[in-house]
Amino acid sequence: MSSTIDFNQYPDNSGHFGPYGGRFVSETLMHALDELEANYARLKADPELQAEFDRDLAHYVGRPSPLYHAERWSRETGGAQIYLKREDLNHTGAHKINNTIGQALLAKYSGKTRIIAETGAGQHGVASATVCARLGLECHVYMGEEDVRRQALNVYRMKLLGATVHPVSSGSRTLKDAMNEAMRDWVTNVDNTFYIIGTCAGPHPYPELVRNFQSVIGREARTQCLEMTGKLPDALVACVGGGSNAIGLFHPMLGDESVAMYGVEAGGHGVETGEHAAPLTVGVPGVLHGNRTYLMEDEDGQIIETHSVSAGLDYPGVGPEHAWLKDQGRVEYVTIDDDEALVAFRKLTQIEGIMPALESSHALAYAEKLAATMSPEQIVLVNLSGRGDKDILTVAEIDGITV
Amino acid sequence: MNRIGKKLQALKDDGRKALVTYIVAGDPTPETTVPAMHALVAAGADILEIGVPFSDPMAEGPVIQLAHERALKHGTSLRDTLNMVAEFRQQDADTPVILMGYANPIEKMGYDGFATAAKSAGVDGVLTVDLPPEEASEFTDVLRAQQLENIFLIAPTTTIERQRAIASQAGGFIYYVSLKGVTGAGHLDIASVEQKLTEIRSLTELPICVGFGIKDGATAKAASAPASGAVVGSAIVSAMANAEDGKYDSIPTIISDIVSEIRASLDS
Repeated sequence: MSSTIDFNQYPDNSGHFGPYGGRFVSETLMHALDELEANYARLKADPELQAEFDRDLAHYVGRPSPLYHAERWSRETGGAQIYLKREDLNHTGAHKINNTIGQALLAKYSGKTRIIAETGAGQHGVASATVCARLGLECHVYMGEEDVRRQALNVYRMKLLGATVHPVSSGSRTLKDAMNEAMRDWVTNVDNTFYIIGTCAGPHPYPELVRNFQSVIGREARTQCLEMTGKLPDALVACVGGGSNAIGLFHPMLGDESVAMYGVEAGGHGVETGEHAAPLTVGVPGVLHGNRTYLMEDEDGQIIETHSVSAGLDYPGVGPEHAWLKDQGRVEYVTIDDDEALVAFRKLTQIEGIMPALESSHALAYAEKLAATMSPEQIVLVNLSGRGDKDILTVAEIDGITV
Repeated sequence: MNRIGKKLQALKDDGRKALVTYIVAGDPTPETTVPAMHALVAAGADILEIGVPFSDPMAEGPVIQLAHERALKHGTSLRDTLNMVAEFRQQDADTPVILMGYANPIEKMGYDGFATAAKSAGVDGVLTVDLPPEEASEFTDVLRAQQLENIFLIAPTTTIERQRAIASQAGGFIYYVSLKGVTGAGHLDIASVEQKLTEIRSLTELPICVGFGIKDGATAKAASAPASGAVVGSAIVSAMANAEDGKYDSIPTIISDIVSEIRASLDS
């Protein structure tokens, strides 16, 4: 089925990926989205902005990020060769910065002086605060109280960078509530404010523009894999919360039919317990945060609380393009639970000397399972989307250690 | 013409302004809602707007967010909300009732199932905050088939093209959001309201009610002067929230005090 689809044609003109995506927001936000869409349409072809983006990615972020052959881990796994796309080596330690630089430049070229952002694990908040510090923009980050507690280090990093962190005490006090609060801020301060959404969800055109800024991951990985091995990878694996690192890796290779793709959702305590964050695996389509996508909801259509050991995956929705890719059968979505992710976290740290983020550890755990079923001449390429320094306190707490 | 149109026409004929009041179903408890609805009518509300609790009320300010959270603590669902309207209808056959909420609970029930249930409960109109005209046409058709009005917001930032798209689907009245921001925010700029209302009137015959930022009789009178009526929400909801825990019997009196003052001001 996928061979007949031109994946570059999506979203369509009204911002939909098949039945998903769209723009489900209050009339009070419509003008801001229209303005953003118009600015993006004008600026994405602007050579000056593009040159500045490329320059920043090279000299500020440190791109291209390496593609690393995890030889020892591959050997121990005894199956396919595992390659890691080292987004953890980016400035600020995760893939998030690719998108924040892109959107902050859009803000700058659109004449907006105040930036707002939501954050879960804190990586997007840190990336936003970082770019704002550099561009001299005022930065406000909304973060659920529960995440503020779990990610104290990142909260302090944001403050050091000059951002104001607003703890959000409504609802489940996590990412989704931070996103609600950021939307409210945007509605109120729309004249001078640019909302940098951190994932490929939200109302059109956010899923498209986040994907486009993150697609640098997949473009580089494709070229690097060809250069290093002479062929394309057999499989791509990436974790999916909102799904921005995954769509960034997948999108440039969607047309490469030989490349299988796996999006790994957070299985939490196990999908059967109901305590997880796996809307693509067990959710149903609905409307949240401005787009139609797969959601975790109860029988009354209320969004339910999610659980994952990793704050960055703790989200009840997912980017609408993933919802569509699932229905098309182009990407397979699977789950890895907390315990499996923690095992992968320790394993990569001990075998390769690379400490992955707990989010990325979900992808690593699945990649290991997958590689074990494949042959040594095959290639599994994993997006190592972030580094694990931010999670040390969480892991220590699980180990019963006070650092 | 359903109850909304008749009521607004009658008020117009009398030279009076419509008072539209908002409370959230199940806030602070499910038992308080129907008595509160009757108290609103007794104190002078013309149209009742009932918020359907949602876990992620993105367009609401803090006051109404908290009301949604209180209602959800008791598990008040869309179905429960419809039951409350049905119970209200047993004693009040005339006052128009509008549901205001978010798309997801309605989609969960299904458009057809919802419209049928809403009609039979005695609902007259629906305002779905996150269903703009681009995404609403199917829902509008389903509502129309049940003689239910799809009510839309128009904001200060809504362009003339969008106003036209909204007018083509809108029924009942246009809800004009008098200021930028969330519910319960900021203060009102009456001159800009007047200017925008003139623009809207060139596109639709529907009456216009003005809401967001109306706190008392004085602001209600000022905002409704160029319009058909005023919508009051956060002021009522926050007063109700001040009722002491367990002393919810005082809610009808609290409502009566606020709404009577606004009614008197509108009629003065």
